[in-house]
Amino acid sequence: MQQIINFILRNKTTLLYLFLLLVGMSLSIQSHSYHRARFFNSANWVSGSIYNTESNITDYFDLREENNKLVEENTKLRSLLFNDEVKEIASQELDSFTFQIIPAKIIKNSYSLRNNYITINKGSRDGLEQDMGVITSQGILGIVEHTTTKFAAVQSLLNTKSNINAKIKNTNNFGSLKWDTNRFDVVQLEDIPRMVPLNIGDTIVTGAMSSIFPENIPIGTIKKFDLTTSQSFYNIEVALFNDMTNIKQVYIIRNENAAEIRSLEEKISNDQ
Amino acid sequence: MTNNVYLINALRFLLLVLAQVLVFNKLNFMGFINPMIYILFLYWYPIKQRRGVFILISFLLGFTIDVFSDTLAFHTIACITMAYLRPAIMRFVFGVNFEFQSFKLTNTTKAQQITFLAFLIIGHHTIFFLLEIFSLDHLLLLLKKIVFTSIGSLLLCVLITSLFSAEKE
Repeated sequence: MQQIINFILRNKTTLLYLFLLLVGMSLSIQSHSYHRARFFNSANWVSGSIYNTESNITDYFDLREENNKLVEENTKLRSLLFNDEVKEIASQELDSFTFQIIPAKIIKNSYSLRNNYITINKGSRDGLEQDMGVITSQGILGIVEHTTTKFAAVQSLLNTKSNINAKIKNTNNFGSLKWDTNRFDVVQLEDIPRMVPLNIGDTIVTGAMSSIFPENIPIGTIKKFDLTTSQSFYNIEVALFNDMTNIKQVYIIRNENAAEIRSLEEKISNDQ
Repeated sequence: MTNNVYLINALRFLLLVLAQVLVFNKLNFMGFINPMIYILFLYWYPIKQRRGVFILISFLLGFTIDVFSDTLAFHTIACITMAYLRPAIMRFVFGVNFEFQSFKLTNTTKAQQITFLAFLIIGHHTIFFLLEIFSLDHLLLLLKKIVFTSIGSLLLCVLITSLFSAEKE
């Protein structure tokens, strides 16, 4: 017994180090398993409010550019409105739509890591929940992963855990969108069968197989494609429409039917 | 006097964390270089304090940075490892001198200080990027990140140490 105590006393620094190493390892393993409730992320109130304060100060620097983006988007929406036959859209009750849009601002962005997260200034008190889609005026951005009362952490497209249903525009050939961590302006589309005719420059949009995003939200264009080693599927490089390094204003998509769809899917998987 | 040491270290902790998360994490120089200047805390921390406390504080430091940058526990692990290895590195760089009571970081030569800092940075970055990338498939990417980020961190750390070298007497 004496010897054990002596040993502990003699090596207490090493033991403390090993203990803390273990704590660190378990934290990182835990944070890497998908969908585990996680408290320690940049959406908690300390880091959230610090980032928010910083964003309040630095927002003024790119106001002009942000304004230009908004005007551009407004112009696009206006021209859609005038050229289409949906005259009564402005008078419709906004609450009756399936997809609700919640605007938010990015207060922290990263794109040079392997698993990138974005922190936004809206949280559960604004109606945000896990698994809601996040888009910008140019295209999709990611999926809400954690929310606190005032902030939310968004899993960016530039994240190895990201897996989004996508298809080639005007066809119904869908695959899954992933990221190989090499470049922050290119993502990969997998599982498109080889008989699908492809061209460089084709547009990739979100598919209908998801309760998170509505169909046909733009993602990017085909930059390069080749066959996988099994020769039956394409490996497609997609150049993103979004400039991931320079985004400020985002929209969160709340699908009113999401809960219903999800419970249905759960029922099916339970029956099997 | 002892109070003063605590105060200085607490202030240093706070300022280094804020500088790291608000300024240096956003540099993205050439797309990926984000210097990690908070390692200066390990460099400046008094030598004669208890090692256990030092490792605990390093844990806290790494953890704070991790929470802010959503890289849970990579910074923490790298940081405590460097804190644990610090005496060994110091013995290697300064020789047996550093065991003496009268040893002070400011009394050593510039070259020794920079070597010490470089060891801390390279060790830290190697552990950090190994954990972050966590596969040897991207060996080239890994080496690129370690080498260039280390150079960036070292340059900035040397600049900052020479900027705040008022303690020299």
